[in-house]
Amino acid sequence: MKRTHVRNERLVALALFGLLLFNYPLLQMFNAPTLVLGIPKLYLYLFVAWAVVISGAALILQVSGADDGTLRGGQGGARRPPPPR
Amino acid sequence: MLRDWVVISVACAYLGLLFAIAYYADRRADRGRSLIANPYIYSLSLAVYATAWTFYGSVGRAVSTGIGFLPIYIGPTIMCLLWWILLRKIILISKVHRITSLADFIASRYGKSALVAGLVTVIAVIGILPYISLQLKAISTAFTIVHSHDVEVVGAGHGGPFLSDTALYAALILAAFTIMFGTRHLDASERHEGMVAAIAFESLVKLVAFLAVGGFVTWGMFDGFRDVFTRARELPGVQALFVIGGTGDGQTGVLASLYSATFFAMLAIMFLPRQCQVAVVENVDVNHVKTAIWLFPLYMLVINLFVPAIAFGGMVHFAGTPVDPDTYVLTLPLSRGQNGLGLLVFIGGLSAATGMVIVETIALSTMVCNDLAMPLLLRWPALRLNERKNLTGLLLGIRRGAILVMLLLGYLYFRIAGEAYALVSIGLISFAAVAQFAPACLGGLFWKGGTRAGALAGLSAGFLVWLYTLLVPAFAKSGWVPMSIVEAGPFGIEALRPLQLFGLTGLDQITHGMIWSMLANVGAYVAFSLSTTQSAVEHSQATLFVDVFKHSAAGTGSLFWRGGVSVQELRALLSRFLGADKADDVLEGYARDRRLRSAWEVEADANLIQFAETKLAGAIGGASAHAMVASVVKEAPLTMDEVMSILDEASQIMKYSRELEKTSRELTSAYADLSSANEQLKELDRMKDDFVSHVSHELRTPLTSIRSFSEILHDHPQLDAATRTKYLSVVIQEAERLTRLINQVLDLSKIEAGRVDWRIAVVSPREVVEHAVAATSQLFAEKAATLEVDVPEEVPPILADRDRLVQVVINLLSNAAKFCADPGGRVSISLRAEPGVVRVDVRDNGMGIAAKDQELIFEKFRQGGDTLTTKPRGTGLGLPISREIIQHFGGRLWVESEPGRGATFSFVIPLRRQAEVGGGDVPDDRAAALGAPGTEAGATGTEPR
Repeated sequence: MKRTHVRNERLVALALFGLLLFNYPLLQMFNAPTLVLGIPKLYLYLFVAWAVVISGAALILQVSGADDGTLRGGQGGARRPPPPR
Repeated sequence: MLRDWVVISVACAYLGLLFAIAYYADRRADRGRSLIANPYIYSLSLAVYATAWTFYGSVGRAVSTGIGFLPIYIGPTIMCLLWWILLRKIILISKVHRITSLADFIASRYGKSALVAGLVTVIAVIGILPYISLQLKAISTAFTIVHSHDVEVVGAGHGGPFLSDTALYAALILAAFTIMFGTRHLDASERHEGMVAAIAFESLVKLVAFLAVGGFVTWGMFDGFRDVFTRARELPGVQALFVIGGTGDGQTGVLASLYSATFFAMLAIMFLPRQCQVAVVENVDVNHVKTAIWLFPLYMLVINLFVPAIAFGGMVHFAGTPVDPDTYVLTLPLSRGQNGLGLLVFIGGLSAATGMVIVETIALSTMVCNDLAMPLLLRWPALRLNERKNLTGLLLGIRRGAILVMLLLGYLYFRIAGEAYALVSIGLISFAAVAQFAPACLGGLFWKGGTRAGALAGLSAGFLVWLYTLLVPAFAKSGWVPMSIVEAGPFGIEALRPLQLFGLTGLDQITHGMIWSMLANVGAYVAFSLSTTQSAVEHSQATLFVDVFKHSAAGTGSLFWRGGVSVQELRALLSRFLGADKADDVLEGYARDRRLRSAWEVEADANLIQFAETKLAGAIGGASAHAMVASVVKEAPLTMDEVMSILDEASQIMKYSRELEKTSRELTSAYADLSSANEQLKELDRMKDDFVSHVSHELRTPLTSIRSFSEILHDHPQLDAATRTKYLSVVIQEAERLTRLINQVLDLSKIEAGRVDWRIAVVSPREVVEHAVAATSQLFAEKAATLEVDVPEEVPPILADRDRLVQVVINLLSNAAKFCADPGGRVSISLRAEPGVVRVDVRDNGMGIAAKDQELIFEKFRQGGDTLTTKPRGTGLGLPISREIIQHFGGRLWVESEPGRGATFSFVIPLRRQAEVGGGDVPDDRAAALGAPGTEAGATGTEPR
């Protein structure tokens, strides 16, 4: 399950990056009441940063793609236990 | 102006459509073609997170705090990134253990504790009530606005009579609807496919409605985003909303409140009962989480896209009128006469509110029924529930009652406290309540050391602080408790003011509550966990939870066999909670899985008990199921024995490892033995080489002289007779010496090889000594040395080979004769009977032997003194042979000497007791015992044998 492991690390790194993006020093850089493209700078930044984080997650998860063979739920409960990591 | 009947009938039609979708999805599920088994439906169902609060409240929050509405969605976005680690583990555990609610999850983790389950349920219900009331408030406000078209309505239900209050009817209709949705039948897996399908549909509706109103405001009422923001900027005070900390509250405080909202939202997305329900309980395939990780945040981003535009557009549009910003979403299109759009928005808001209420109350009713009501009822002896045949009706009744009661309580809260707060603040109070589950839940997920006491302490402490810092002020604002408690502190104690606890000021209410409740919660959880010990069940559950990826591969970690029960008893138990048909189905399924022909062949073993318990857990919760199964299995409570059997695996491993260690130690010692044996062999080999080279050297010396004298005699026939005789005598002497040497070498090797033919008999030491003295008298005479003989009359006999013993004494005497002083040589021999031994001493007055040589002379071919400069005066084999002989008789031979003052060679031979005299060989053990002090000789590798 090495792939899951790498994916986990990437996702954690992305989460840390997200925390950085939405935190004080970077927020302060865009903390001005000016309009950029007609939109307040801070709002534009937040939504763009948000979109960047989401695209990053989509990229990490969809590129590394396929089914991991972890269990499916439904009525039967555990049918295919995942291989031990 | 929309007519009442239009609004009501559209709303009812919409609810009917939802019900149809749910019904269709349930039918599909029954036919095994699940409608919801795809990641997109899963992601949409997660969007139940976006409630009326998002739909109406975000705009209100944006108007009052600028970007303050965003943390509620950015927090979950970041949390989602960790879902592949966190949520996947929770889902896996829940599927393995048939966990059907958050309370069940936490209680199962802490030893299936009914107390923990009950506490979690109480916290969840009390914490979520404000949230439910928020939805009721939203629905009733929206309805009032739509039907009165009075955009300036600040809120519905201004304390008017109950019967004319739309919120009450909304609550009742929602209760009926939820009951129809969620509790039509009792399902062991507690999954509601129909509900999930309806929720996903509702998520689409609210998204479309919000985007529609956003688009209308941005492009219909204004000329795009630039127009909205440019016109808004000109309003007084709006620029301050474009930045953080512009509203004059101080940047630190604003940032703190942003962070605390983010933090609570991060936890809420995991621990809100409805999120647990859709994300964990209703999850079909854990791989769906992968898509949800990005798709669900994307949904949140899209639904928030127009929030700033609507907020600032509304501020521009309604500048100077007292329209509640929480209603902008609805009032903006209505103010432009867009009744159709207004109706769509109303339906969107209804979607958001009903979705939340349905899922939340179903999740809570499951908790209340399984984790609060059933454990209490089952423990109430007067009810005799244990004897009831079929409890499914009771279970459904409790759940339906719980749904109704919760909605009515929500309504009550709305009447009491709802007016005082904006939508978002009410929601955040609920977020703070469910955040209290985080330490016990996340801690329990990764830390095996968390104990039941820790969980109880953490939950209670966090919850009490939450009550005090967040709920009490809310009640105070609505006049339910005196305001003086908030302003002056209880009993006038300032340090205990709920909003400035212990003097912590400068923070908003939510941040302040977060800091204190989390401190209390985490602190108590860790402290109590570290200071208490786990019971056996707790320990086993902790391991199963934390190591779920390991254990799920090996099955569900079946319980240890703890008592006797028949299949019939388990069937009866199952049918009481699931119904008789369902119970039979379940058992047949169990039999099929084990390739048995029918349920009658099933054996009531630990697996079946475990199976029954998980099936029951689906219906009545883990703690109750455990209690019920325990009641029929007649098991003893976990005893020390069971702890031991749980530990058995561990002890097996330890035993195995000890055996490994032992084997390893044995191998090491065997290796040491082998290498020392190898060393000995090498030493022996070296000694043999030495011996051979010594022998050849010793043989060559006499041979050389024999040969050279013979050649002289041969080459010079004219030599005179005297010289010839002299030379011939040298040849003869050397030949004799050669013979003696060869004899001795043969002797020694025979002794060492144990091939000597010992003729052991009773020997008189006195006679031996006298014989030897007589044989050597010639030697002494030649050297003009005196020999003093000191032999007592009576010496006890010994067991020995007479000839060999004589050989030893002669050897010692001839050595003494050789090495005694010349002239004036004096040698004495004495024989003594000492306790247990006979002792012979041979003393000379020669040059003595240096201490370093005293052992050396007993080695083969070694002689005292410097053999390089002085001519050897013997073969160098006499003493080794003598020592071998004496040791064979069980005695020992040694020398005492000081250089310059002569040497004394002594040996002792043990006496035989009278009874033994006259028979047999000297026993080896005796020989070894007596030979021990002299084993230096033995250490050369020749055992005295």
